[in-house]
Parts: sequence; structure tokens; C-alpha cells
Amino acid sequence: MSASNLHMYVMIAPLLTAFFVNLLGRRSRAWLAPLTLGSLAFSSLASLVVLGRVVRSGGYRYTVGNWTPPFGIELVVDHLSALMLVLISLVALAATLSALKSAEQELPGREHLFFTLYLILIAGLMGLVLTADAFNLYVLLEITSITTYGLIAMGKGRAPLASFNYIIMGSIGACFYLLGVGYLYLMTGTLNMADIARILPDISGGAAVATALAFMLVGLWVKMALFPLHGWLPSAYSLAPTGAALLVAPLMTKVTIYLMVRVMFSIFSVDYLFLQNPLVQSGIVWAAAIGIVCASALALAQRNLKRMLTYIIVAEVGYMVGGVWLANSTGMTGALLHIVNDALMTLCLFLAAAAIYYRLGSLDFDRLQGIYRKMPVTMAAFTVGAFSMIGVPPTAGFFSKWYLILGGIESGHWEYVAALLFSSLVNAVLFFRIIEIGYFFKSGEHHGHELREEAPLLMQVPLLISAVALIVIGLGSGPLVDSVIRMALPGGF
Amino acid sequence: MKLLQERTRKQKVGESRIIRTAVRLLVPFVQLFGLYVIVHGHYSPGGGFQGGVILGASFIMLSLAFDQQTSMRFMSERANALLGNLGALIFIGVAALCAVFGGLFLDYGALDVLIPLGPVEWRSFGIFLVEVGVGLAVMSIMVSLFWDLGSAGRMDEGL
Amino acid sequence: MDMVLAVIVAKYNYWVYVVLMMIGFYAMIGKRNLVKKLIGMNIFQTAIILMFVSAGVKHGAKIPILDKYEVLKHGVDATGVVNPLPHVLMLTAIVVAVSITGVALAILLRIYREYGTLEEDEILEKLGK
Repeated sequence: MSASNLHMYVMIAPLLTAFFVNLLGRRSRAWLAPLTLGSLAFSSLASLVVLGRVVRSGGYRYTVGNWTPPFGIELVVDHLSALMLVLISLVALAATLSALKSAEQELPGREHLFFTLYLILIAGLMGLVLTADAFNLYVLLEITSITTYGLIAMGKGRAPLASFNYIIMGSIGACFYLLGVGYLYLMTGTLNMADIARILPDISGGAAVATALAFMLVGLWVKMALFPLHGWLPSAYSLAPTGAALLVAPLMTKVTIYLMVRVMFSIFSVDYLFLQNPLVQSGIVWAAAIGIVCASALALAQRNLKRMLTYIIVAEVGYMVGGVWLANSTGMTGALLHIVNDALMTLCLFLAAAAIYYRLGSLDFDRLQGIYRKMPVTMAAFTVGAFSMIGVPPTAGFFSKWYLILGGIESGHWEYVAALLFSSLVNAVLFFRIIEIGYFFKSGEHHGHELREEAPLLMQVPLLISAVALIVIGLGSGPLVDSVIRMALPGGF
Repeated sequence: MKLLQERTRKQKVGESRIIRTAVRLLVPFVQLFGLYVIVHGHYSPGGGFQGGVILGASFIMLSLAFDQQTSMRFMSERANALLGNLGALIFIGVAALCAVFGGLFLDYGALDVLIPLGPVEWRSFGIFLVEVGVGLAVMSIMVSLFWDLGSAGRMDEGL
Repeated sequence: MDMVLAVIVAKYNYWVYVVLMMIGFYAMIGKRNLVKKLIGMNIFQTAIILMFVSAGVKHGAKIPILDKYEVLKHGVDATGVVNPLPHVLMLTAIVVAVSITGVALAILLRIYREYGTLEEDEILEKLGK
């Protein structure tokens, strides 16, 4: 137990602001920007302080309400959760800068409702990375999911149908996770993660614990859209309002992967997961490899920029799940580094797509001709994000792919390495196709010189910051891995 | 009896006069019971969610027996939104207040510096404060769900 | 046959919850009307709630409401009282289920206003045109 409540203030700031936005936003729109940006800036600063504190003096556990564990709910602030907290607050801040503009364009008059759900989603994500209690995880998972359902349904056209599909599939996933928690509670009698980990080695080996693990994993896989459970993701993320997609696409799947790591290593032990059933472990790496290949192939068939990006998200999920289940420390380091890098890459690409959508109104490939002349700054940042997705040094994507490939070679899973290389090639094809359409074909509407119609400044600032961050974090991957990620590896690696 | 049936058939919304009178007499008692359930949450069966649903059910009863305009006359849409947000803010406000006064988050014993009752008594009383917030929020949500869905978003005529 | 029947009768609450869960699962996937899918999801979640609550029951135990002065005098006998923790957990799960149902119904209203129908194949037909 520590006397420092700083990480709770990180989570409470967006939550409080959500209700103030709902109350005050009805009166006038002028309250929205200062409230949201102020609270998210405070959260970012506070989370950086928390990360600094954890790196200097180690992690700590925190009991809510001063009830002793295992009766009370515990929160864990160690290297991994502090890193995720910083990631969530910074990505949310950058996405909000851009979402303020696009919500003004797409949802006039309803922005206070949009930002209420938005801020509760951010608070839910922050709570998810902090919790160390199995049932609390389910509650926070459902909070984030329900706000996401509402946010996606605010879109136009087919968005309510896509959101309903997401409701059905997402509820199946969450209920499976709840079933897994229920089985564990029946076997151990407690819900605290550390306590279950203490009791499990004595009773594991039966079918109930194996079923609990299977249910929890499948439930989380539905939520993170691992192929073939990914059916809800492309429609839901591409039809959502642009501001909602900016927040949800970089963060939700990555936080769910963090949850899988937390469930796997804080509840079950490395011995039970990997050594007792090696067939399960290689089966999952095979499934991840097949998922990467199929998702990349599906991305090739798309004609809309945002749908293509969502299929790339599904492939990236395959990278990380495979990296975690490779069962060696290089692969695990690669997977954790890739969580950070992939969130930033997806943020950069979606911010560029949002800026293009703000000016052009459509993201189909045949409308994107000549866009390099119209919006040079936006497309420069888009190119940096594209290079990072392909894995070109010195951008961040190269370093995490390097670790993942090394881990795959080390553990002998050649199919995973082949899938990674295939996916990099397909990403190169996809993004060079867009660069070709945007740069070399002249737009048919304006002949003569092209008008420069850049995106508004409020949308350009986070875009440029995220592009620069990709390069900075790429060059700084060494220090990042040594000081934070090596400590964040679960015990036993 | 026949007169009653004919009069009910002629009016467009609402139930017969017997049901309307019964509902009008019952609603205050239902609300009192809802408040009772909220207040007894930390001591016997009850609590914020259950009491909030009962409070919300009182307004839904009004909307079913009369029409939605009558129900909205007793609690307007703006008041509903205000109460809902206030309820959620009470919950989080109490939690943050405990942290501000030096304890852990949601550690009601730290609120002892405000009103000296003793930390153990405060733990029991803190739950009550939080339940009030939850009850208000749940009542607001139940009522607004029914009004929205029953009128297909238009908020003029109900079921 | 005897052994199978003995196993079923001994743990009948788990069999009931499995049957309910599969009914809900089939409704979510097999039915074509969107409202029926939603009801299937509700049945699915209710089955899980049933499993949790039924797992805390003990033979001949009383409900977990204690009188303060009795407890202060005699103490609490944990084996004579039903386990209250699953009840509390399932209260939260019921709230979650109600919220999801509310959001889904509001979304269904919007879908109905847009397409005029709630059957999945008719909606797909209208989208395909």
C-alpha cells in the first residue's frame, strides 16, 4: 500500500470531466474544449510523473477503500501498467485535439453527448490497465464496451447496424470472460489476481482450471478481434464518427492485448501456460500466423482507406498475440514494444485519414488522386506512419518487428517469421499504392495548378507530433526497452 | 361500469379512471418506498440500484397510466438530466474527497476531519452517501430510457 | 446409465445453466430478427448469472441477512448462511446487462427508422440495392 493517490487522479480527471461536460455543454459549446483538453493534459502530466516514480523506485499495489486484500479491490501500478497509462493519456490527448474539429463537422449540436461518452471511455481504459482484480476487470471492460457501442452508433448510414453487430459479438466475448472468472472463483474462492495465483498451483491439473483459461482467452480474443473472431471490427471502426474512431482504433485492441498478458501472467503461471501443454502454445502461434496472412490478404481487397486501415489493425493484433505466445523473452519484449508502437502508428494513420476526410468528405481510393499536392503536410505525416507500418528504420515499427522476428527465429516458429515478412510486404504494396494514387495521378477536377487546402491547424498539430514521436521512439527504442520494458516482463521470462 | 368502459374507449391515451386514480394515490408511496430502500442499502437488503429502479418506476407508472406529457410535467427532461449527472458527481466527488483529505481513494474513514464521528462510523455513513448518488443516477437513467424508447425519440406522446 | 443419471441429478444446476446458455447462444446466431437476437443475448447473460448464484447455495442454509444484536451476542456461523459474494457480483452483472439492453434497444429504434424493418435479410436486401 502506498500513500500516493496520483494514479487515481489520472483516472478520475476524465471521469469527473465527463459529467461536467454533460451538464455545462448543454448550455454552451464554449465549455467543451477547455474542459476536455484541460483534464486530459492533467492526466498526461500525472501519468508521466507516475511512470517516473515507478521507474525510479519500483512498482506498488494500492487497495481501494483501505480494505485489506483479498477482500478489497486492489490496483497494481508496475512498469507495464504505468507505461500503458502514459500511452493511453497521451494518445487520448492527441486524438481529442483532432476530434474536437471533426465532431463539430459531423455531429453538430450533439457534441456534448459525444464527449461525455468519449471521456467515460478514456476513464474506463485507464481503469482497465490499473486493475488487479478479476471481476473488476470485467466491469471496466463492459464500461469501455458500452461507451464504444454508443459512440459508434452515432455515425451515419450503416453505423447503427455495425454497432448492433458489435454489441452481439462483444457481449459474447465479455460473457465468456465472466464465465472464466466464475469457474476460477468456484475453484479458488477468491477474485484477487495475486491470491488466485497463489492458490492455483495446488489445484491446477483439472479440467475446470483449463476450461477457465480457455473461456477467458477466447473472450478476450473476441474483444481484440483476433482472426477469425474479427468480423465486427472493420465495419464498426470504419463507419464510426471520425472522432470516435481516432480514440478507439489505436487503443481498444492494444489495451485488450495488455489484458491478455495480465490475465495470463498474473493469474496463471508461466509453467502452467507454456510448459504443461506445448501443443496449445504452438497451436496459438500457428493461429496467429494464419490470422496475419488472411487479414493482410483481406486488406489488399479494400477500396476505402479507413477499411484498409482496420484490416491492418487485425493483422497487427495477430503480431502481438503471436509474440506473446512465443514463450521467450525476445518475443515478449517485441510484443510489449509493439503495443506502444502500434498504438502510435495507428494514431498517426487515423489522424491523417481524419484530416483527409475533413477536407474531402470521402476516403475512397478514386477520390484520393492528387492529394499530395492538396495536403502536403498531412500526407508527409501519413508517409512516416506508412513507413513505420512497413517496418522501415529508423521509424518505430522496425524495432518492434525486429524483436518479434528474432523471437520467432529463436523459438523455431518459422511460420510466424514467414507471416511477419509476408505482412510487411503486403503493407508495402498497400501503402505504396496509396502514395502512387496520391502523388502521381493528377486530380481530374482542377486543371492547372492545384489548390493547397490543408487541414485545420488543430488537426495538424497532433498529426505532426505523432509522426515526430514515431521517429523519436524508434531512435530511442534502446533506452525504452532497457529501462521500462525489460522490467515489465512478467516473472519467469 | 358501461359508462366507464365507453369513456375509456373514447379517450386516445391513458387508462381508465379507476387505474388513473389508483396510480395517482400510489405514486407518492412508491417514491417513499424507493427512498427507504436506498437509505437502508448498507444495513439490510437494498441499495442504490434497487432504490433507483423503484424511484424510476414511479415515473414510468405515471407515464403508463396517463400520458408521457403528464409524467414529464412532474419531472422535466432538463431536471432529469441534472439529477442524473448530479448523482454520478456525488459518487465520484465523495470518492475524490476521501483522497483529497489524506486517505486512500474511497476510504471513508479519512472524511473524519470534516465531521468528527469516528472512522468506523464514517465507513458506514460513507456507503450511504455513495448509495444516494447511485440511486439518483439510476433513477434518471431508467426514466430517460423509458421516455426515449417509448416515444421513439420524439418525447411527445408515449405508449 | 445409472452413473450418467447420478451425475446429472447431483449437479443439475450446472446442466440447467448450460442448456439455457446454449438456447441463448442459438438465438443470438440463428435467428434473423434483430430483437430476437437481443433477447437471446439477454438469455445468455441470465444463464451466467444463474450459474454464479446457484454456486453459492448450501444445503439447509439461511439467507445472508444477519441481525446485528444476534451477531454481537452469538457470532456468525459461516456454514449456515448462503454465500453472499456471488449475489453481489451478479448485481453488477445485472446492471451491465440492463445497460447493454438499453443501448441496443435505442440502436434498434434508429435502425427501424432508417430501414423500416427489423429483419436482417430484408435490411441486407435494402443495403444490397
